[in-house]
Amino acid sequence: MSTPVSSMALVLGGSVIGSVGAAFLKSGAVLVERTVSSIVLNWRLALGAATYLLSSVLFVKGMSHGELSVLFPMVSLSYICSLVWSRLFFDEAITSAKLYGVGLILVGIVCLGLGSA
Amino acid sequence: MSTATTPSTHVPVINHAKRRQAVFIILAGTLLVAIAQMLIKSGADRLAKTGQTGLLGTAIGILTIPPLFAGYALYAIFAVMMIYSLKHGEMSVLFPLISLGFVWVTVLSVLVLHEAMSPLKGAGIAIIVCGVAVLGRGGSH
Repeated sequence: MSTPVSSMALVLGGSVIGSVGAAFLKSGAVLVERTVSSIVLNWRLALGAATYLLSSVLFVKGMSHGELSVLFPMVSLSYICSLVWSRLFFDEAITSAKLYGVGLILVGIVCLGLGSA
Repeated sequence: MSTATTPSTHVPVINHAKRRQAVFIILAGTLLVAIAQMLIKSGADRLAKTGQTGLLGTAIGILTIPPLFAGYALYAIFAVMMIYSLKHGEMSVLFPLISLGFVWVTVLSVLVLHEAMSPLKGAGIAIIVCGVAVLGRGGSH
């Protein structure tokens, strides 16, 4: 069994889109106060939720064809993207703990993907 | 636990207790999502049997098939938890922590769906848990 390029594109695309969705959720979340309007009229939250939802649809579509040992590790792209977005948009530092943590998670997901083959 | 009352400054105040709380909320949320995925999977099988898989049929299914309803309700709860966490914590820490969901799904698949356990899966689980621990600890200080 081989993995179609379209599945890879769906999973990689879903990863990037999901991390962008999380960035919108974060930018909307910091504006949430104890008022209804700060939640209901918060377009960043709405866009973030919609984008995040879209990424999960892309994951499900992508994962339905192809090898999980190939597709699983591609999800890690979203974690790497989240480090970059949080550095660019929220001035969060990229610390060694974050790099080691994401690195270990990446290796672990590769093992799970190979184990599910 | 008391916080000093300081006049408003332009330096952002980092609340370490809230950051730690955000980490635990996200980690608990990943278990909810894994349970939600299993419920939705079993509910989707029941929905498929009804033959009503159009947009309206699916909407009615979500409201009338209990596992499907419970699954999507858990997703909604997770969304609220995620928004609360992101408000107080760092996205670069919280977002990769969602990978713990892979661990829950694997564990639940073995326990509930009786899928085979393998050394590679065990190693994957252990390494992801280590990564989550490194990230969660490093990010809450």
